[in-house]
Amino acid sequence: MSDEETPHGGGTMVEDDGAASRLPARRGDAGHDVAVPERFENPGLPPHVHRLSDSNEVASKRAERQVAMLFGLSMLATVAFLVAYFAIDYTIDVFVPGIGSTNLLHLVLGVTMAVSLLGIGFGVVHWAKVIMPDEEIVEERHLQRSSDASRKKAADLILGGGEMAQLGRRPLLKYSLGGALGLFALPFVVQVAGSLGNPTEVSELAETLWDIPKNPDGSPGAPIRLARDPELTPIKASDITIGSVFHVMPETLKDSKHVLEDKAKAAVILMRLDPSQFADDERGRKTQEWGYQGIIAYSKICTHVGCAVGLYEQQTHHLLCPCHQSTFDATRDMDVIFGPAKRPLPQLKITVDAAGYLVATQGFTEPVGPSFWERNEFVNE
Amino acid sequence: MKTAGGIAGWLDDRTGGAGFVSFLLKKVFPDHWTFMLGEIAMYSLIICLLTGVFLTFWFVPSAGQIVYDGSYLPLQGITMSEAYRSTLDISFDVRGGLLIRQIHHWAALLFVAAITVHMIRVFFTGAFRKPREINWVIGTILSLLALLEGFVGYSLPDDLLSGTGIRAMEGFLRSIPVIGSYVIYLVFDGPFPGEAIIPRMYSVHVLLIPAILVALFTAHIVLVFVHKHTQFPGPGRTNTNVVGYPFMPVYIAKAGGFFFLVFGVTALISALVTINPIWAYGPYDPSPITAGSQPDWYMGFADGALRLLPGFLEFEALGRTWSFNVFLGSILLLPVIFTVQGIYPFLEKWVTGDNREHHLLDRPRNAPVRSGIGAMAVSFYLILFFAAGNDIIAIKLHLSINDITNFLRLSIFVVPPLAFWITKRICLSLQRHDRDKVLHGRESGTIIRTADGRFFEKHEPLDAYERWPLVQQEVPEPLVLGSQTDANGVAAKHARSERIRARLSHFYFKDRVAPVTPAELAAAHAHGEHEAISPPPETSISVEGPPETQGLASPTSEREVVKRAPEKDL
Repeated sequence: MSDEETPHGGGTMVEDDGAASRLPARRGDAGHDVAVPERFENPGLPPHVHRLSDSNEVASKRAERQVAMLFGLSMLATVAFLVAYFAIDYTIDVFVPGIGSTNLLHLVLGVTMAVSLLGIGFGVVHWAKVIMPDEEIVEERHLQRSSDASRKKAADLILGGGEMAQLGRRPLLKYSLGGALGLFALPFVVQVAGSLGNPTEVSELAETLWDIPKNPDGSPGAPIRLARDPELTPIKASDITIGSVFHVMPETLKDSKHVLEDKAKAAVILMRLDPSQFADDERGRKTQEWGYQGIIAYSKICTHVGCAVGLYEQQTHHLLCPCHQSTFDATRDMDVIFGPAKRPLPQLKITVDAAGYLVATQGFTEPVGPSFWERNEFVNE
Repeated sequence: MKTAGGIAGWLDDRTGGAGFVSFLLKKVFPDHWTFMLGEIAMYSLIICLLTGVFLTFWFVPSAGQIVYDGSYLPLQGITMSEAYRSTLDISFDVRGGLLIRQIHHWAALLFVAAITVHMIRVFFTGAFRKPREINWVIGTILSLLALLEGFVGYSLPDDLLSGTGIRAMEGFLRSIPVIGSYVIYLVFDGPFPGEAIIPRMYSVHVLLIPAILVALFTAHIVLVFVHKHTQFPGPGRTNTNVVGYPFMPVYIAKAGGFFFLVFGVTALISALVTINPIWAYGPYDPSPITAGSQPDWYMGFADGALRLLPGFLEFEALGRTWSFNVFLGSILLLPVIFTVQGIYPFLEKWVTGDNREHHLLDRPRNAPVRSGIGAMAVSFYLILFFAAGNDIIAIKLHLSINDITNFLRLSIFVVPPLAFWITKRICLSLQRHDRDKVLHGRESGTIIRTADGRFFEKHEPLDAYERWPLVQQEVPEPLVLGSQTDANGVAAKHARSERIRARLSHFYFKDRVAPVTPAELAAAHAHGEHEAISPPPETSISVEGPPETQGLASPTSEREVVKRAPEKDL
């Protein structure tokens, strides 16, 4: 805004600083012998206008008092901060109109600190503006580059130094030093790069707690019960009404040694739809087949960048990721219907066990969560 | 003098610093409110450093899990990381701790905001031109580091929101072709989230990045002293002087006082407006999530890019997964934006062929194409920024999120060129307005009725001081390729780069408005106030044939001056 305004100040105008000018646009000296110059000339600094406080003793006294008052206010506020720090109970909350309920100690400390700082700030700036000299000073600039002589001197010193060290005459020294300097950083790089990460197989990205552990004899172990998150209580199919949503973890999470790491991959969202609501196509039927009486379970880890896909829209049967708004259609195998995700959420194949609890009979058939370079290798059709 | 023998004398005896001190204290700084933007950035960085040191006394950078038993009742009995627990303690159990935390967070937000606005000011006024290109590059790196420092910083408390941010970051890193899966194991030391990321981010946040920030920011300031500050054109202000107030006492007082003002305002905001109430989010857990999960504002543009990139950009080829819907926005966008930003001064210098030092700022209107490019960049950034709030916009304005997203997807291609064109036209119009003002004077507000009953407004002529800023600017002309044949009459071959350069130069300077000359002003006065002035305000270059068909005298030759042909209007 102020860019458009006329700045103030003055001096004499020299258009060019003498650096090689290759610009043709400059209107040169063509107007020398004509009465009217070709360009306007810089009029120089405008006459200085004195402030009231420069000439009027009363005004300058008043300014002095104002500054001192601001400094005084700052001191008072500092004292108030110290008193408040020791005096106010930190459990008291107060209601401040427009702000809401807030901690009293925090509020008082903040406001007194602010006044203490602002008092100094306003005081000093006011001092600078009304009492310190306000006549502008002109300082000349010089070309940034050094003179040719100093450039040559520097070049001679560098080249001469190299000469004295016999760099040119002894290539063996030059090249062996180059080699040593080129290599010495390697141990540091290797140390940090080699030790930062715990060596882990990429296949780890495709494994979750839902993978059924094998029995010692090689046969598949017992199916894993679905459990409520975070209580980890098993879920009866009959407890799930149409339209309800459950956040689910494998029951085996109880024995996990790495709870957060396992949760980050095993999180599942479970919902029940009326069987008539599934799409009447291959994907809709697959959704139903892998579920149990309209109860379906899907990985809750977004295939985009891994946020928990936690927002279920009951009426449209859409699942929305709150991070980047990828939208999945629960009636068609979590097909992506909007947003930046490419792949549907992987489905967890479920059924019920003898006691009527929901169980997963197999792990996910593809890696859950965001894509990675080797992902294809771990997709089982 | 008393001091000469005192401490000052003692110091000078041992350092010989008197010369340097007088050099420093005599420095002249010009006044302009936009010059304070960089100061705000500098001061908020200092505030962050101060409060950050305080926070390290209580913060425990550990992902180790414990059960909370502190004074915040709603979270008692909940398992959480020590990082989260100690942040709760800072907020509830350390007296004044919440204030320090809030100042730290607000100052960080202000730091990035001030850097951004400062950079926009520097760009639009051309303050990046020789000899300040190095400082522009340093500033570019500083702004990138500020973003990273901020991201790492707000991730440290390990609350649900910031943990979700780290989760997303893991998704970003995974998307890097070839090495993605290895990178996440390096960063997290095994599977996400692991226990390594919090202490690692801590050392990056309190040691690595601040050290680079402080070093670069010192270099930035030193270069400002070395170059002397730029100034806006005005009477008495030239390219070879700097007009303003001396460092001692005026600028020490103004700048020092301003530090207290910035600190005071930050403290006041921190006292009144809660930022990042981590206690309301709960500890990080990969399973729960809240609606409206968003990063701090300065990461919004990258988040917005991720929301706009369509899913089909992920594909499978050569037996591998190429996740460009994530990679482009999260990993590639930042370096690309900052590289483009960093090289702009060199690009403009190449196009203009201008090798002189520039200490006088351009009024943005006097550089219409540059201002247009700036507006284009700002609009691009803003679209991405608003895209990061598409869910909030949808809820607040009762709009469809799909429509908003699709609209922004279209806008990202349409709006920036439009912003360029509109800004350029506005700049040219403003230049013509300047001409008008110089020729006819400024509106006085006095309405005069003539004898025959007509009304007109009296215009006051500008005095020389008011006029100067409106007529001082240079109007560069496009580079044109020189003769089409060489000395022997053989068709000259020109480097492709020279042809591109000529074309770009044409793009930059083909439309321009020449400032009023004394002759024009005299003519205007002679013709009376209400008559049109004969020379048309806008001129355009006339080149026979498209530039690429022309020859250039020699690839690095002086540019040829082409006569400006008057043209009516654009």
